[in-house]
Amino acid sequence: MKDVKVLGPGCNRCQVTAHMVQAAADRLGVAIALEKVTDYAAIAAFGIAATPGIVIDGKVVHAGGLPKAENIALWLSA
Amino acid sequence: MSRCCPAPIVAPVKPASALPWLVWTAGALLAWGVIYAALEPVSGWVVSTLPIEPGSDLEEAIAFFLYDTPKVLMLLTLVVFGMGVVRSYFSAERTRALLTGRHEGVGNVAAASLGIVTPFCSCSAVPLFIGFVSAGVPLGVTFSFLIAAPMVNEVALGLLFALVGWQVALTYLGFGLGVAILSGWVIGRLHLEGWLEPWVLKVRSQAVDLPVASVTLVERIRAGIDAIKDIVGKVWMWIIAGIALGAFIHGYVPVELIAAIMGRDAWWSVPAAVVIGIPMYSNAAGIIPVIQALLAKGAALGTVIAFMMSVIALSAPEMIILRKVLSMKLIAVFVGVVGLGILAVGTLFNILFVA
Repeated sequence: MKDVKVLGPGCNRCQVTAHMVQAAADRLGVAIALEKVTDYAAIAAFGIAATPGIVIDGKVVHAGGLPKAENIALWLSA
Repeated sequence: MSRCCPAPIVAPVKPASALPWLVWTAGALLAWGVIYAALEPVSGWVVSTLPIEPGSDLEEAIAFFLYDTPKVLMLLTLVVFGMGVVRSYFSAERTRALLTGRHEGVGNVAAASLGIVTPFCSCSAVPLFIGFVSAGVPLGVTFSFLIAAPMVNEVALGLLFALVGWQVALTYLGFGLGVAILSGWVIGRLHLEGWLEPWVLKVRSQAVDLPVASVTLVERIRAGIDAIKDIVGKVWMWIIAGIALGAFIHGYVPVELIAAIMGRDAWWSVPAAVVIGIPMYSNAAGIIPVIQALLAKGAALGTVIAFMMSVIALSAPEMIILRKVLSMKLIAVFVGVVGLGILAVGTLFNILFVA
């Protein structure tokens, strides 16, 4: 079970990012616990300066803009 | 708001061969050049086939619209592509690392300059603000970045360069940087850290370094293409609206009226332009065709640039977003300082350059 957090204040792109992550996990058959972090203070605590961000098992893998689907697959299967 | 989060640069899953991409890009650029060169004759021919009296106001307005719409969209596409490639060398995280611990002065200059090339979207203005401040970037330096980033952007510069000339584009660049550097420096000098929302100062973060695995040329070209899809896809309606308004001004608004309201002799025109521009919100793409038409009708350059800057740099939606981290007092200072900076720059320009 991977712990995945999508960091973003709830803007459109953050929602899309969360959907992309969930879809990729379903497709790959990877079990994930997806959490959306919308609190600004909590987002900032991860040290990113642009949203949406993705954190997998405590490690920031992405910040700023929509991720590419192929990369999500890469991060989830790592 | 104007432009949001261009797609990030990440390592490709498998290295793609660069050659087809380079050939394709070169071909696309060549096609661009050919079409661009054909725009004027083709649009002229289309207008001449319309059943309108030659030389009439209506014909002038229609000619302006038919020629400028494809021209502006094509130029914008080219500039956005170029800037998308340039921006693939920068990220908000990397810029923050460059600015952390900088002193005021040098820091303000660096922040304003980096504000031009760093990918920035107003929807992540708040995370960026906190990310910068909590990592030790001084408040005034952070503001220099936040002022320059939306104001001096590729869309504004590219369109000004293409439609009004490189002198105006350079002037805008210089003045934009000047306003951002000075305003940030002034806000830093005022030591207003206490006017931030209290929780902001409590955030302690460890700045992360994202793995920027070697980005290939192909990835940079793809970043440019993504930027086109993203930005041009969003602003084309604004541009057409702007050109329609510009065409109306071009064809129907008399020169005397514009010259009287926005000409160099009207001393009150710069303050009026700033006051009207601050609550207005448009992005650069929509406002520049209007700017071009106003200039052609005798508006003073300093007045027009001041108007454009206050429209782009200060807007109600951005203030609402920033209210989450700044107190009302600090927002008032921010608007006041930037507004005064724009006012000073516009007035000075009108005095110095007698057109």
